[in-house]
Amino acid sequence: MSEQAAPAPAKMEVSETEVAVELINMNKWYGEFHVLRNINLKVMRGERIVIAGPSGSGKSTMIRCINRLEEHQKGKIIVDGIELTNDLKKIDEVRREVGMVFQHFNLFPHLTILENCTLAPIWVRKMPKKKAEEIAMHYLERVKIPEQANKYPGQLSGGQQQRVAIARSLCMNPRIMLFDEPTSALDPEMIKEVLDTMVGLAEEGMTMLCVTHEMGFARQVANRVIFMDQGQIVEQNDPINFFDHPQHERTKLFLSQILH
Amino acid sequence: MPGIENANPFAYVSTETIPQSPPPTAAKGVAGWLKTNLFATPRDTVLTIIVALILLWIVPPMLNWLFFDAVWTGDGREACLGEHVGACWAFVEAKFGQFMYGRYPAELRWRVDLTGFLLIAGLVPIAIPSVPYKRENAIYLLVVFPIIAFMLLTGWPFLEPVETSRWGGLLVTLVVAIVGIVVSFPLGILLALGRRSNLPIVKTMSVIFIEFWRGVPLITVLFMSSVMLPLFLPADVSFDKLLRALIGVALFSSAYMAEVIRGGLQAIPKGQYEAANAMALTYWQGMRLIILPQALKLVIPGIVNTFIGLFKDTSLVLIIGIFDLLGIVQQNFTDTNWISPATPATGLVFAAFIYFIFCFGMSRYSAFMEERLDTGHKR
Repeated sequence: MSEQAAPAPAKMEVSETEVAVELINMNKWYGEFHVLRNINLKVMRGERIVIAGPSGSGKSTMIRCINRLEEHQKGKIIVDGIELTNDLKKIDEVRREVGMVFQHFNLFPHLTILENCTLAPIWVRKMPKKKAEEIAMHYLERVKIPEQANKYPGQLSGGQQQRVAIARSLCMNPRIMLFDEPTSALDPEMIKEVLDTMVGLAEEGMTMLCVTHEMGFARQVANRVIFMDQGQIVEQNDPINFFDHPQHERTKLFLSQILH
Repeated sequence: MPGIENANPFAYVSTETIPQSPPPTAAKGVAGWLKTNLFATPRDTVLTIIVALILLWIVPPMLNWLFFDAVWTGDGREACLGEHVGACWAFVEAKFGQFMYGRYPAELRWRVDLTGFLLIAGLVPIAIPSVPYKRENAIYLLVVFPIIAFMLLTGWPFLEPVETSRWGGLLVTLVVAIVGIVVSFPLGILLALGRRSNLPIVKTMSVIFIEFWRGVPLITVLFMSSVMLPLFLPADVSFDKLLRALIGVALFSSAYMAEVIRGGLQAIPKGQYEAANAMALTYWQGMRLIILPQALKLVIPGIVNTFIGLFKDTSLVLIIGIFDLLGIVQQNFTDTNWISPATPATGLVFAAFIYFIFCFGMSRYSAFMEERLDTGHKR
């Protein structure tokens, strides 16, 4: 993984004025259970944020609130200048600009790789089929699997499927990407190919929020690491200070357990 | 690690890659097949012999009755009387027109034939996947054909009218079955989606509809439609009897269809819904493009099961005085010109054969579709 440790290129610029995502005093409950408590988070355009924490800490729930796969009950979520409310139009507007990559890929098994990639551009962006296919092939080349375009997801390895899922999101030309544990369901040998794709994306200046346990990835690309526990943001810092000088007791315990 | 003395007795380093080789082949040829499948063990041998004896006992008499002793020609019951007489196919031959068309006027039966031909002309190309123009074909089958078929069969408005009370035989069986299938499938999808809806009113209405129609026997539905419905309607409003039966059968089977499809919807992982949502697809886009294609594929066996059940249940329209295939066959048993011991059995075997052709055809086509739609995505 030596090439991964190279310093981040200068392209990874963070805007100082433009806010991509803002959560203000956001709260969420599952029935009686208070999953997210007073979340305050401001993500600037071009930021790469890694969210870590023990399971059940609410990290996945938090990023799923950003594209309204989960509904929040209190506080505000503003994505790309649009506040998420019950207004379905606003929700669709946000979802058009936010790409999401899931732990279990969630490719559509009845469609070919190419069809997976062109579906949303054709039906949501109303793009002509030909143009959508050109764009899809461009992104499939970027994730290095153009030759699989006419296969079905079931014929691909897990790592390839996840790269297709990333390409599929990129075809919508999103301004923000959410990653929900993108490597957790992969065999160890395939994690790197997916992480490399994500690094490439970060280098191009994509705004990213990643829930992940890949601490090497966090060190290399994140400009902020957020640590969550019991539905709260417990600590956030730049990766160097976060890993080398954790402040909160809970963070220290967590890091001692995952970094042997 | 080569070069280092290793004391561990289990230490091992592979030195070569084992090449692929074909699997061992069992004994080939007829003898090999017989050996492995019929006479592998003493017990298998005994079972094989017993089954062979049973077949010997059943099959020759059956063939004798169906073919060798059967009466193929004749103008009346005399031909089919006697000691060793098998099936009375002359009866079927003489009554064939009735079995197919009922009391549809003989000189107008070309209209039924033409309708059947137009149906096949639309059905065959849509059933073969490689034939192009599927969209136009579907429009023809679902919009153009029903209108033409209605005009041809009833005669309205240009041709000589034929009342539905004169329809019968296979014609009625097919009309009831096809209308039932075509109406119940989309209605079943809507009901299944409704039952899984987050909107409480839609959900409640769907549940009530489904549970009501599933809770009553089809015979009751048919009776109600033919006996009770006229009591509630004004005296001058008269619904066609066949139309009432059609509506009853269609609503009844759509409730079953809804539950089959709901089973398919439940089997689709939550991630598929989430991925569709995350891409900003609307509810209907997500359902049409992502969820339903997968869910329907999963429940093809159940859907076809319902279709086949519906096809055979059409014979129940007999109890409200509509003579479908089975009804008209039975009615002809009492024809004094053809009364003979062999007549009923022959008629029933014939009716069973016709039902079997259609049901088996549906079953085979569904198996073909299942195989074709398999994208090998069992994760």
